[in-house]
Amino acid sequence: MTETLLEIDRLSVDYETARGDLKALRDISFDVRKGEIVGIVGESGCGKSTLISSILRLTAPNTRFRQGEVRFKGQDLLQATERQMRDLRGADISIVFQDPMQTHNPVLTIGQQMLDIQHRSKDSKADKLARAAKMLGAVGIPDPEARLAQFPHEFSGGMRQRIAIAMALMSEPDLLIADEPTTALDATLEVQIIERLQELQQEFDCAILFISHHLGVIAELCDRVVVMYAGAVIESGDVREIFHDPKHPYTRRLIDCDPGHIKERARVLPTIPGEVPDLANLPGGCIFRDRCEQAMARCATDVPPLTQLKQGHHAACWLNHEEANT
Amino acid sequence: MLIFAIRRFGLAFLILFVAVTVMFLMIRAVPGDPVQIMLGPRATPELQARLTAELALDQPIWRQLVIFYGNLLQGDLGIDVFSGRAVTDIVFQQLPHTLWLIFSSIIWSAALGIGIGAYAAAHPNTLIDRITAAISVSFVAAPAFVVALLSLLIFAVNLKWFPAIGAGEGFWDRLNHLVLPAFAIGLSWVGYIARLVRASMLEVMGESHVRTARAFGINERRVVMVYALRIAILPVVTVIGVGMGFLLSSAVFAEIVFARPGLGKLVIDSITTRNYPIVMGSVLISTALFVVSTALADLVNAWLDPRARGSK
Repeated sequence: MTETLLEIDRLSVDYETARGDLKALRDISFDVRKGEIVGIVGESGCGKSTLISSILRLTAPNTRFRQGEVRFKGQDLLQATERQMRDLRGADISIVFQDPMQTHNPVLTIGQQMLDIQHRSKDSKADKLARAAKMLGAVGIPDPEARLAQFPHEFSGGMRQRIAIAMALMSEPDLLIADEPTTALDATLEVQIIERLQELQQEFDCAILFISHHLGVIAELCDRVVVMYAGAVIESGDVREIFHDPKHPYTRRLIDCDPGHIKERARVLPTIPGEVPDLANLPGGCIFRDRCEQAMARCATDVPPLTQLKQGHHAACWLNHEEANT
Repeated sequence: MLIFAIRRFGLAFLILFVAVTVMFLMIRAVPGDPVQIMLGPRATPELQARLTAELALDQPIWRQLVIFYGNLLQGDLGIDVFSGRAVTDIVFQQLPHTLWLIFSSIIWSAALGIGIGAYAAAHPNTLIDRITAAISVSFVAAPAFVVALLSLLIFAVNLKWFPAIGAGEGFWDRLNHLVLPAFAIGLSWVGYIARLVRASMLEVMGESHVRTARAFGINERRVVMVYALRIAILPVVTVIGVGMGFLLSSAVFAEIVFARPGLGKLVIDSITTRNYPIVMGSVLISTALFVVSTALADLVNAWLDPRARGSK
């Protein structure tokens, strides 16, 4: 078994708001091993973004870490000093954000921004620029030297996202966090970006934590998947296991709703009826109960634990327990 | 950038032309025969007729306008009716006093306002933020003429720290004479700019490129001073450009209260005596000042923000 790089251990995060604490993350546990690609999937508002901002500790001021640890190479990041965190950001851990149109500073040239992120290096400015140009070339930007002098608005969305990836990989990080990097792009670009990410991952041998709500991309790219729902992990495991034998009704419905998975022409696209529960006022029992067709009496009273079903496959559903069949 | 500058100054000249034409027509619409007022009740009809012809007031209005622009293109703004001196001489003699006043006001108020605003934005919702907010708003609310009179009373009459009237001689004396007028007309701009910078900073700090900069471990000082402030300053530059125009009108009463020479005093004096050439000359210069300062503000913005330069 390879070395564990990132361990999220029973992490719970709240947002303090005027109408009470919003329980954004509850009891999240999973890990990312060296050189592995882990996908996090879930609908909007399930806590994916809170999770990654918690890893980097770039959270809003009203965020409260209630319990748990985020261990990176054994060090608990939630206990690290601001100084230690800054040394990690953009060095050992890099991130590619969701919206490529907003991710770069609009009034500085790409070259200047790529210089700035090499602030740890003692190399000369010329060396740093050469490195930046080389990285831009590696992500497929033609004529990189000349384009360093240009501003973000002179690039297309797909190019900007490739620049963001180039910037994130420049420090050769151990962990790359990709927060829905293709959501804002069209389908052809998405494929290009994904393929490029795969190649670069091979080349740089970094682990990737890939956040998406696009199941097709996850299936294509990832080794393992973590399925989140309303701030909790409800299923996790090998990508093949999850897609071929999902053990949680939510995962099953999610796969059914994926456009890539729909085989017949239908007038109405499949959806999961109902709404995500109010995070400020969580109901007891299973959080998916109200939207679940297979809910039982027990689901209303007891929270199903995330249980190991077989090697590398966990799910939090009472259906997988013996009692369900009796 | 060059094309942008040429285009922007072309627009500035168009605005100047329209504004000056409107002013020209408006001043002719003021009731009363200007010749009679200028020469007084005892003037002979011959004298009146001569002045009317000299000022071309017997011509139809459009011809007057053509003559005015014709002379203007030759750098001739006419002759002062009373002293017989060239209007350009008189206006350009007064202009430096007003420019000094406006520039010193905008410089101190922008420097202080940006400082207070940036500090408040860096510490939002703290006690200091609330205190600066209260101070800023009261600065904005304080009418400049009240501030002028009170500061005159306190710092010039009672404490005798600064001279009360005049413009002074020599650099340091002039500067000393500038303190109170510049304080009076700049004070509300301190509050205004501070509020603007704070709001603008908070907005930019919440944008995702700032998060990106932080996610790369760039130190917080550089994130605030370079990545955020450079964008947050853009609306402030525009406001300062327009503010120059407002300060021109504040300068009018500051020059009266502090008995300073300057364009404002010149305009007031010449309007009451219907001294058309002087009025037109001063109005032309102050309009030009306003138009040029807003154009300059746009150029500075274009220099700071590549997106404002337009395509290519």
